[in-house]
Amino acid sequence: MRRSYLGEFEEIVLLMVAILDGEAYGVSVSQELEQQTGRLVTFGAIHNTLIRLEEKGFVRSELGGATTERGGRRKRLFSITAYGSRTLQDIQQQRSQLWQLIPPTSLKVSGS
Amino acid sequence: MKATEQGGSSPPRWAQRLLTWLHPDDTLEEVEGDLHELYTYWYRRAGKRQATLRYLLNVLSVLPPFVRRRKRKEDYYQPFFLHPDMLRNYFKIALRNLVNNKMYSFINIFGLATGMGVAILIGLWLYDELSYDSYHQNSDRIALVMQNQTFDDGVRTWDSQAMQLGPELRNTYGSNFKYVVMATGTINPILSVGDKKFIKSGRYMEPEAPEMLTLKILSGTRDGLKDPSSILLSKSVAHAFFGDADPVGKLMKIDNKLTVEVTGVYEDLPQNSSFAELKFIAPWQLLVNSEGYDTKLTWGNSWFQAFVQIADHVDMDKVSSAIKLAKWERVKNLDYEAPYRSELFLHPMKRWHLYEEFKNGVNVGGRIQYVWMYGIIGAFVLLLACINFMNLSTARSEKRAREVGIRKAIGSVRTQLITQFYSESLLVAFFAFVLSLLLVLLALPFFNEVAGKTIEILWVNPWFWVACVGFSFLTGLIAGSYPALYLSSFIPIKVLKGTFRVGRLAAIPRKALVVVQFTVSVTLIIGTIIIFRQIQYSKNRPIGYSRSGLLSIPMKTDEVRQGYDVLRNDLLATGAAVELSKSESQVTNAGITNGGFNWRGKAPGMQDEQVTVGVNHEFGKTIDWKIKEGRDFSRAFATDSSGFILNEAAVTYMGFKKPLGERIKAFGRTYTVIGVVKNMVMDSPYEPIRPTIFYIDSFDRVFWINVKINPQLSASEALFTIETVFKKHNPTTPFEFKFADEQYDAKFRSEERIGKLASFFAVLAIFISCLGLFGLASFVAEQRTKEIGIRKVLGASVANLWQMLSKDFVVLVVVSLFIATPLAYYFMNGWIQNYTYRTEISWWIFALTAVGALVITLLTVSFQALKAALLDPVRSLRSE
Repeated sequence: MRRSYLGEFEEIVLLMVAILDGEAYGVSVSQELEQQTGRLVTFGAIHNTLIRLEEKGFVRSELGGATTERGGRRKRLFSITAYGSRTLQDIQQQRSQLWQLIPPTSLKVSGS
Repeated sequence: MKATEQGGSSPPRWAQRLLTWLHPDDTLEEVEGDLHELYTYWYRRAGKRQATLRYLLNVLSVLPPFVRRRKRKEDYYQPFFLHPDMLRNYFKIALRNLVNNKMYSFINIFGLATGMGVAILIGLWLYDELSYDSYHQNSDRIALVMQNQTFDDGVRTWDSQAMQLGPELRNTYGSNFKYVVMATGTINPILSVGDKKFIKSGRYMEPEAPEMLTLKILSGTRDGLKDPSSILLSKSVAHAFFGDADPVGKLMKIDNKLTVEVTGVYEDLPQNSSFAELKFIAPWQLLVNSEGYDTKLTWGNSWFQAFVQIADHVDMDKVSSAIKLAKWERVKNLDYEAPYRSELFLHPMKRWHLYEEFKNGVNVGGRIQYVWMYGIIGAFVLLLACINFMNLSTARSEKRAREVGIRKAIGSVRTQLITQFYSESLLVAFFAFVLSLLLVLLALPFFNEVAGKTIEILWVNPWFWVACVGFSFLTGLIAGSYPALYLSSFIPIKVLKGTFRVGRLAAIPRKALVVVQFTVSVTLIIGTIIIFRQIQYSKNRPIGYSRSGLLSIPMKTDEVRQGYDVLRNDLLATGAAVELSKSESQVTNAGITNGGFNWRGKAPGMQDEQVTVGVNHEFGKTIDWKIKEGRDFSRAFATDSSGFILNEAAVTYMGFKKPLGERIKAFGRTYTVIGVVKNMVMDSPYEPIRPTIFYIDSFDRVFWINVKINPQLSASEALFTIETVFKKHNPTTPFEFKFADEQYDAKFRSEERIGKLASFFAVLAIFISCLGLFGLASFVAEQRTKEIGIRKVLGASVANLWQMLSKDFVVLVVVSLFIATPLAYYFMNGWIQNYTYRTEISWWIFALTAVGALVITLLTVSFQALKAALLDPVRSLRSE
């Protein structure tokens, strides 16, 4: 079974959504990304990625409540779907399988 | 929150506005919120400057083209907008719409059909004009040799040449030409076979003519003219003489004296050929031999025409300049021809028809201006019809906005709506096209008569269909684009809630278009009136002689020439004629000019030129001219054979204070002026009267018999008697005659043609414009029904309401009057400058047109306005 292609940045963002567990929205994702990875990206990049993830079915979204700090505007909250979490797990599993296959010497040489 | 904003922690306004303006609507709220939050975050961490900068950068990242749009969920199935089911649906709806709004459909279709019909008619006319002479396969290499001669008052251009030019061109400039063909102008001799006699038009031409003109030979050969006693006939002439029998080898006579043998039959040339009159061709050599021209005529007798076909590899302009001095080289030592400094040039066949006018030796166009004029008029009339179409659809847009809302609410997508509106306008355009073809079929006979053409619809010409269908399609697309592109963009919620209103500005293009319509119509009407005024003015010009009951008979055969005196006595005896005389030219067509006169006080070196008319003694009495000074020619004075009678223009031209008794040297003798006659219009009624000299003909040049019919008798009675007497004395000559008043009227034909066509188009233009206005008025009245009802309830009178509804339209028409008046003045002033004898453009023409336009507008609008104003308010207010 082929799963949908998940780009590197998409994977990171999807991980953020999973980490934030129901509290993920544009601002929180970008702040989390900055704190956890030190990457500074434009808001547009995150916005677009979230939309793309939703189109691919990895996350779902709903409009949350308004808060005054946003000038009374509602936020769109993202949460990971079952398909999304399974995909993340697949990736994780595949990676560890690959890790197992690396001969210990090769990593030591390049790693040192 | 207010406090924080005033504290400065709010992102710049304009950036926010940019965001709301450009960011996709469905994600705007969340993105705005997120960015706001981020701004506050950055503000707190890095200060205002940093925050603003980052905010701007991030706003930019969510603007198109960088931003990704959230796809809407398609919850239901949507058919492809060109699916056959959809197409059927479009047309069904379009038809229903047309049937439901009968009046709009009628105005749309009928108006558009009229416009298209006019465009098709004019298109066919233009096609005919522009394809003139294309029957001749070598038309781009054929030319007429013309000459410019210098006179005191400027350069004159002639299309006639001396017979010596042909050999000269062939011998000295031969490498430039494939054919050089000398020919006479069109002549009308009597052709006869046994007892059958017909007067037919044709020319004497050199043998290469059929080859050059690429005549389609039906029997015999193109070489038929090589034998000097031969003749080529057109099919129609051959049929008239010989029926269906093969005429080749049969003998016939020209003017009862020259016997020729038919050596070929060619297909008649089409109407739109410069040689349409060429019904027979006789050999040039026959004419030269029979008249002894080669000994009689010199370079001074420019009596013929020289046609050439240039060689295949040379350029027309180069040949034209190469032969410039061909005549001059031969005549520079001849004192009778040298002073005019003849320069030759080629006038290409392609330009004969449309560029036939020369002024001061330079081509100044000609009919081409009518090609432009009608082309522009046609385009405008079509434009008017398209404007109607667009105006009515925009006017109705508000009504259809709801329809768009509902359609969208139940699932139409925009492409489907666009196709829907386009299919409606295309359907209307299609119906209009079919109707316009019918209208053209009906109008063609009338149009042909007025335009003097034999135009047909080009049923089998694929280009005609491509042009027509392409044009209808384009019209439909343009006219349908407003509803299709604008209405389909309406947002259903706004439209259905009723909060949507088409603003005041929406009516402005519509009003502008109405102004354009009326400007065009009024300009056309003013133009038409001025053209007719000019014709009428010239018709009313005092002509100085009496042309009623005046008849001219050509003297074609010797028996007529010799039997004149007997004929005269017999005719006077019958009482059918009150006077007869002979003259060199017809009274209405005196174009023969002569120069080289000498008189006392003539400026040295003056290249004089005056019209001369050889007459006999009774000429003056026949045409009833008005003697101003001195006396008429009289048989009582033998010396009158060397007497001149001048017209007033000639007296002025030669500068005589007391003309009587002045001596003038001419034709190798000395003449004495014995009388002066009042100016007579003997040529173009638009031109000033040319100096004219009348003399008693002693060179046997007279060619016409002038007959003044007894005014007591009816023309047909008198004609019958004259014909009987004429036939008795001249059994072998067909009786041919021309009425002077008809000939004179013919001079107005071309102007009348323009006038009639222009008035036809002007009427159609105003009709189409009014049709549009009628539609708009009914729309406005319908839209304001409730308002009118309320006004009535509150006490408005019918007159008040009528005024209210009519005012808007009247204002538009007044505006267009102000634009049209200077426009029309400018164009017509230019046109009327073509005529030396011209009417003035007086103010009342504009006033009359203005009043007329207003009256028509009021009538058109009032019908709807009064209908609306008279409606019982109970009925208009009851519903809802």
